[in-house]
Amino acid sequence: MRLLHELRNSEAYEIAEKALAGEELSRQEGYALIESDNLFLLGALADELRRRQVGDIVTFVVNRQINYTNACVSACDFCAFYRTPESGEAYTLSIEEILEKAAQAAREGATELHIVGSHNPELPFEYYEEMLREIRRHFPALHLKAFTATEIAFFSKNFGMSVREVLSRLKEAGLKSMPGGGAEILDEELRKKLCPGKASAKEWLSVMRTAHELGIKSNATMLFGHVESLRQRVDHMLKLRELQKTTHGFMSFIPLVYHPENTPLKRSMPELMRTSALDVLRTIAVARVLLGDSFRNIRAYWVMLGKKLAQVALHYGANDLDGTVVEERVAHAAGAKTAQLATREELISLIREAKRIPAQRSTDYEIIQRWG
Amino acid sequence: MKLLESADSEVVAALEKALAGEKLSLKEVALLLGSRDVKLLALAADELRRRQVGDTVTFVIDTNINYTNACISGCKFCAFYRAPGSSEAYTLSVEEILEKIARAVKLGATQVLLQGGLNPELSIEYYEEVLQRVRERFPQVQRHFFSPSEIVHISRVEGLSIREVLSRLKEAGLQSMPGGGAEILSDRIRREVSPNKISWREWREVMLVAHELGIPTTATMVFGLGESSEDRARHLLRLREMQAKTHGFTAFIPWGFKPGNTALAARHRIYEAGGIDYLTVVAVARLVLGESFKNIQASWLTQGERMAQLALCSGANDFGGTMIEENVVKATGYETRYLPPDRIVALIKQISRPAAQRDTLYNILKRF
Repeated sequence: MRLLHELRNSEAYEIAEKALAGEELSRQEGYALIESDNLFLLGALADELRRRQVGDIVTFVVNRQINYTNACVSACDFCAFYRTPESGEAYTLSIEEILEKAAQAAREGATELHIVGSHNPELPFEYYEEMLREIRRHFPALHLKAFTATEIAFFSKNFGMSVREVLSRLKEAGLKSMPGGGAEILDEELRKKLCPGKASAKEWLSVMRTAHELGIKSNATMLFGHVESLRQRVDHMLKLRELQKTTHGFMSFIPLVYHPENTPLKRSMPELMRTSALDVLRTIAVARVLLGDSFRNIRAYWVMLGKKLAQVALHYGANDLDGTVVEERVAHAAGAKTAQLATREELISLIREAKRIPAQRSTDYEIIQRWG
Repeated sequence: MKLLESADSEVVAALEKALAGEKLSLKEVALLLGSRDVKLLALAADELRRRQVGDTVTFVIDTNINYTNACISGCKFCAFYRAPGSSEAYTLSVEEILEKIARAVKLGATQVLLQGGLNPELSIEYYEEVLQRVRERFPQVQRHFFSPSEIVHISRVEGLSIREVLSRLKEAGLQSMPGGGAEILSDRIRREVSPNKISWREWREVMLVAHELGIPTTATMVFGLGESSEDRARHLLRLREMQAKTHGFTAFIPWGFKPGNTALAARHRIYEAGGIDYLTVVAVARLVLGESFKNIQASWLTQGERMAQLALCSGANDFGGTMIEENVVKATGYETRYLPPDRIVALIKQISRPAAQRDTLYNILKRF
């Protein structure tokens, strides 16, 4: 087909050939890929690498999100979820309330709890330990994936403990792995503008390094589509690739689309819109190309993307849809219109329609059951 | 490089044929629809779209008014209708319709799409009066009224031929017609999902007569009703044949079945078709119909804004309408809202394409 032959004349094609030959791409090559407007070529490359790296299985996890508090001293510009600790709308769940949610999750067949909150100065360290211990005592089968690296950095400062000490005590209490949130864009200048009140890029990476050293695996996210440049996304991915080379502790990469509604950033930049579907697909594709070899799992988080776009992303390098998520509050506070719940059957149907093999996984990507 | 050679050779051959301007056979169209190679289909369809209509993405400022929800058809995919006599059934008075149009005109509407259920209590005089009074009060607004099943219903209630009904309505002010009620143009599927609704041949007859009388129409397809790739392919080829006769279709509009609150989903546990399926339908529609229809609409209403953007890169060239009012999809429990023109323009610009407001017949009114 002439259209396909014409693709050979592009710079992106040469880079794609290098990636397919198994060579690691340089920063400049990463820039060239994300800046090329050749979505077909990017998608074809990412899809082929995905097939080689993880095959045709598309995984999902049955989990429940618990946002234990929204009271936060960090006040990040891109966040619509937090309230100041003094606000009348701030809340903190009691251990009993958390156990109730855990009980419901267990009844619904969840294998994982995804527990994240804000930086709440009023909670004692024992709250977190007790939360983990109590859940573990009542529901030993639930995998506890809790606290982002920025929460851990906050605990360390707030309680005057080293990061290692914080993580060791939480691990002792039942922490199994960590979600990848709070990474935003790992760029110090950008963070000074957007989220000066929370962990720096260096701190985020350092928490993850320590966690991995302690045997606590984690994910890594990237919040994109706000004010960062395309090159800053590539730089972000390369920082993760670098750390992964030494620790091998990341289980997956999760690109998160910035939702502007109700965020302070949107108030100062009213023209901000959620980024386009094309931008989402190219970012996922570039993530597969740059991170697929060491991360293996690239997620299309359907709660953020919507089910339809998440399904399309499965043809652009993603191999995981994340979870059947009950009660996600953070993205929805920022105007995410997606349904709160996808049933297992619905995700299976979406995956099959994409001509891929559905499988339910555990938090650490062991296959629990596959269909086909 | 393996990348560019991995595609199914039959799929590539069919795409080559379409790009060379040749007509695809039923078998080829079904093959493309079933292939799921959505990136490759989109690549070819996007190229064809560029050649056939250029880069401009159009939209219309419009409203969808439903004059009645009382309906004897009882289609299993519909969450909007109520049985005549039900306490939840309604029929709008002409004054109520005029009020709704007045509100839409204030927001810049150039088109009113008016359709409703098959209500046995309404005579042709009601439809004529609506047309006449809308024409009188809002002569500048395009009267894009009544789908083929309503026309057939009026002809049965009144004992008139389809030609007589359409002639009288045209006389009263009908300017163009929406292409609804096509669903899947296959009697096998229609027997299952809408046994009381017109057959596919009746749908065709109404459209051919309308076109002969100088009433242009659009054509729709509702996919995800349990049909096969062959059923979809036949639908597209039937439209292509009709268009070859009359050239009366202005656009093709595929949209996805929304299962919420419908008898069909309650009985068969049907999930909504996904994004890959949608983009496949759009791309193949461009490959099969683009030459004669020119305009393929993206459906932000049923697919969301982001999927509409992808559709515009997979063969579609039109963003549809602002839908100042919309009731039918909303009845399925899916949140729909008015999309203001500046939002549509921003969404189009986000994918680096020129945006333009159009009228019902695809004349450009304003470029952005």
